[in-house]
Amino acid sequence: MRAYRVVAMARKEFVQILRDARSLAIVVLMPPVLMLLFGYGVNLDTSALPLYVFDREGSQQSQDLLKHFQSSRYFDLVGTVDNYPALLRAIDEGRCRIAIVIPPDFSKKLNAGGPVGVQALVDAIDDNTANLAFSYSESVVRGFSAGVQLDWAHRQGLAGLQYPLNVQSRVWFNEELQSRAFIVPGVIALVMTVIGTFLTSLTVAREWERGTMEQLISTPVQPSEIMIGKVAPYFLISVIDSTLCAAIAIWGFRVPFRGNWGTLLISSALFLVVVLAMGYLISVVAKTQLTASHISLLTGFLPTFLLSGFIYPIDQMPVVLRAFTHIIPARYYVSILKGVFLRGSSIGLLRGDLLGLVGFAMVVGTLASRSLQKTLD
Amino acid sequence: MNNSGPAVVVENLVKRFGTFVAVNHVSFEARRGEIFGFLGPNGAGKSTTIRILCGLLSPTEGGARVSGFDVATQPEAVRQTIGYMSQKFSLYNDLRVIENLRFFAGMYSVSARSLSERIQWALEMAGLSDHQRDITGILPGGWKQRLSLGCALLHRPSILFLDEPTAGVDPITRRQFWDLIHQLAEGGTTVFVTTHYMDEAEYCHRLALINRGKIVALGTPAELKRGSMPGELVLLECEPLAAALGLLRATPGLLDAAVFGSVLHLNVPRAKEAIPLLRKLLLQSGIAVTRIEQIQPTLEDVFVSLAGTHAEAAKEES
Repeated sequence: MRAYRVVAMARKEFVQILRDARSLAIVVLMPPVLMLLFGYGVNLDTSALPLYVFDREGSQQSQDLLKHFQSSRYFDLVGTVDNYPALLRAIDEGRCRIAIVIPPDFSKKLNAGGPVGVQALVDAIDDNTANLAFSYSESVVRGFSAGVQLDWAHRQGLAGLQYPLNVQSRVWFNEELQSRAFIVPGVIALVMTVIGTFLTSLTVAREWERGTMEQLISTPVQPSEIMIGKVAPYFLISVIDSTLCAAIAIWGFRVPFRGNWGTLLISSALFLVVVLAMGYLISVVAKTQLTASHISLLTGFLPTFLLSGFIYPIDQMPVVLRAFTHIIPARYYVSILKGVFLRGSSIGLLRGDLLGLVGFAMVVGTLASRSLQKTLD
Repeated sequence: MNNSGPAVVVENLVKRFGTFVAVNHVSFEARRGEIFGFLGPNGAGKSTTIRILCGLLSPTEGGARVSGFDVATQPEAVRQTIGYMSQKFSLYNDLRVIENLRFFAGMYSVSARSLSERIQWALEMAGLSDHQRDITGILPGGWKQRLSLGCALLHRPSILFLDEPTAGVDPITRRQFWDLIHQLAEGGTTVFVTTHYMDEAEYCHRLALINRGKIVALGTPAELKRGSMPGELVLLECEPLAAALGLLRATPGLLDAAVFGSVLHLNVPRAKEAIPLLRKLLLQSGIAVTRIEQIQPTLEDVFVSLAGTHAEAAKEES
């Protein structure tokens, strides 16, 4: 391998990226745009569900129950109505996600020792939110009825009675339970995949498409020199862009960074080798930019987005899909990113994921380095 | 490198793509410092042959040596000694002129010492010294071709392969291009060039006429014109042309008749005897003859005559 051929190739490739408005836009704009999109746009936290109430009794006790809802940070009481059709309209028009109906004999039944049914109507178009609304409202009602039972026991002279069990929870790693902290570190993997696999996949394909490959392979340049020269600029750009993403995550979104920079660098370099080799391999095989971009979206971007645990946790996937995630390199890197950022995991704790990346780097790297033949056959 | 032998030796070369035979048992040699032309219509197998010689395609059968190196087993050694200009423009349109030159200088490992001298040389040769900062894509076709040539010559190759270098280029630029080729040959470079322009073939030292993957004639342009046609050539200017062509093609004793612009070229065994007979025949059919005389065949006549003979031979074979 001759260094000046690699340098000449890398320089040419770099100039071409700078001259191509589309590539340049992706390189410059993608990191901040994706960060903002996932930092602000995607919020999986269900806080303050809009709540409507139809209190058919209006007693002291029914108001007490409503206060429990109001004081919960999961609900936001946005309206009260005095008839059932108005309540249904509020749900139909999307003014609330959940509506509570308190029966007219609420306090009477309660004082008689119950049971009392409180109706909750939930807009279940978004099933995830609906489930949360159900369980949050259940826990509010359960808390209220436990208080009622305790009051009753006190009145019966059973002083000093307490709940037999209670949970003392400590939230670790993502103390504020923000989905942003969970998602944002993964954007680094997404940015690397787009630059490393998608942009790189166009480079060799472009040469086949424009006929420049024929001229190129008539020179003494070696396939390894072509490969390294071609991916080098994308390596550099990925490093800059992912550093930018990390900076935005840490200083812009205040995502905690508890781990070791060295661990982050090593795993990032490994993942970059994987995505760049994939992009290059696709490029050599595809021969047209259109095919290359389709293959790289299907094998790079989509799996990284959907199956890496970036947004959708892998343990919550069906068994088959969960098994499938093992052949997606981003899975290992996203897991490392979350570990390094939030958990402060040491390199030893992450060795399984690191080994996964090493394996992929070797396999895909070897395939890529053997992919280009200097022939038109 | 072996400096004594011929620049290119091709022996019994065959290239098949599936069932299609693109190159069919071709053998020839090109000497050092020679302009060797490969003349034939589109699809005759010219580009396939040149690509095999540059190590870009592998031969199905037979073999070829370029600068003494086997193209199938030592393609990298071949590439060190050759320059190649493909049929389609294949430099980078989005790079500047100077960037293309620097890039190919890098690919050909032009030494740092001679780099700027070689690039200056190529710019001057291509007449692009005042345009080195231009984006290549905006240059006119002829300029691009000269730049391609410059890029292919940066490493002083001993053999230059040009695949239809003047296709789609205006006549003046074509002329300049051939002047460049002659200068290179005088400097000792072997130039292997394909073309389908008959007039260009006259500029070559030696020519191979290729048709349907086979070499149908080989020699200097003068040899080909002298020796390759079976009879003599008669030019006929008459009215109406189409009627005359139909009549003559049906006439026994006439070897061939073909339209050349506004006249007919007739291939006859002996011109002196044929001309009076032809006059009589045409007069009887009411065709007005304005001119009839013996002429020297051009390469095009030779080619049409040989291609026709081979087509008939092929028909008889099958």
